[in-house]
Amino acid sequence: MTSALSIRNLVKEYVPGKPVLTGITLDIAGADITAVIGPSGTGKSTLIRCINRLVEPTAGEIIFEGRDLVRLAGNELRAARSRIGMVFQEYNLVERLTVMENLLTGCLGRMPAWKALLRRFDPEDIARAWETLETVGLTDFANARADSLSGGQRQRVGISRAVMQRPALLLADEPTSSLDPKTSVEIMELLAQVAATKSIPVIINMHDVELARRFARRIIGMSGGGVVYDGAPAGLDDAILKRIYGGESWLH
Amino acid sequence: MSARATRAFRMTPLARLGWLALAAYLLWAMSALEFNLARFILGVDNGARFIARMLPPNFERWDLLVKGLTESLQMAFVASFLGVLISLPLGLLAARNLLPPLVTWPVRTLIIACRSFHPVIVAIICVKAVGFGALAGIIALTVASVGFVGKLFTEAIEEISMKQIEAVRATGASFMNVVIFGVMPQVMFRFIGFSAYETDANLRNSTMVGIVGAGGIGSTLFSAFQRFDYDYVFAIVLSIIALIMIGELLQVWVKKVFRQ
Repeated sequence: MTSALSIRNLVKEYVPGKPVLTGITLDIAGADITAVIGPSGTGKSTLIRCINRLVEPTAGEIIFEGRDLVRLAGNELRAARSRIGMVFQEYNLVERLTVMENLLTGCLGRMPAWKALLRRFDPEDIARAWETLETVGLTDFANARADSLSGGQRQRVGISRAVMQRPALLLADEPTSSLDPKTSVEIMELLAQVAATKSIPVIINMHDVELARRFARRIIGMSGGGVVYDGAPAGLDDAILKRIYGGESWLH
Repeated sequence: MSARATRAFRMTPLARLGWLALAAYLLWAMSALEFNLARFILGVDNGARFIARMLPPNFERWDLLVKGLTESLQMAFVASFLGVLISLPLGLLAARNLLPPLVTWPVRTLIIACRSFHPVIVAIICVKAVGFGALAGIIALTVASVGFVGKLFTEAIEEISMKQIEAVRATGASFMNVVIFGVMPQVMFRFIGFSAYETDANLRNSTMVGIVGAGGIGSTLFSAFQRFDYDYVFAIVLSIIALIMIGELLQVWVKKVFRQ
């Protein structure tokens, strides 16, 4: 099976000479969850953000749908971005817009500005938004303002917005870190469901090793800006966790 | 123990010198300007006669009064509308969190230039440029509005949450779409408040630019002064107060309607 995403020798330096990512090479394929785990500050968020170019990579290649994302600019970059959904830790909804408007924000990549200004959304997109709201159980909240929702509801809107993009790849940057344990599991279940029903790979940064073990088919362990483990959750033993996070007292 | 100061908050010698210098300067300025009690008593005498001639207010020429007030009101609304319209793109282009310095610096300079002069000074220039009348006043008030509202708009945009912008950008939205769906919802309610505030300020200023010939009730006021019709002056002053109060009410109402 060809991979949906190929990362080759990806390097990112915020300060010249001090790389945060030290040459990452990964292939992502399939229609399930890949979890990226590692200590804070090891470049997990940077890696995710390099993929859709919210952060500019310093060197390397990111091949997605046959094109190198690192070299795209202008309209081509925006077209590629619209094919990559993203879910954020703090949901990043536009607070003063309604739930429905936030979902339709996912369609902005395909809309000219005058249509956006007049809120002339494609009727088909609106129908799809209603369906998406139904699957996440927020139909009754369509006209509620985003800032009136609870954390779990907001994250479901965040995921719905990404789904509205009809993405070929879904990125999630610590989607459960601001949520309670029960809601975290529900959100992970929803992400797994998106991966399965839309047949797209989902890459998730996370802190919770147990949650990663439970939902991911593949786990990538990062430490010091590089990949130190890449494999099935079953292979993630104490020795490996020690290599990823350092120390050992926290394991017991 | 002995090294501790016996009094807290003692003034440093430099601060003492500063206060002394300020006092000396004020005394010198007041003597140079003949700001003293004798001169004040002389003036108060004159003021009493002036006030006596103002009473009772004379509303006989109400038609002229109403014409002037209507013109001021029209000038204020037209200038506020134009000012806000021009400030929308300028405020965006001056926002340093969205655009590079190459764009923001020239625009910021333009906004500062608009704010540098008092509306009356701009009105004098406009009267020279386009002649007497309301047109000069509208241009002067519009320039002042751009200087003020443009700056407020820029500051509001610079305070928005970039997380929301990042999310809209991540959907592949163009810059304009990011502005429409990411920036505008965050600042719109504040923009409406600023616009109401500016309309109120323009109502005030529109009564003044007439003094230099730029239309409105100010022109009526100034000619009444020159003809020593002080009772008519008082009538005009009372009308202006009423107008400003209406502006105040308008602002309260707008804030109530667009609360949050």
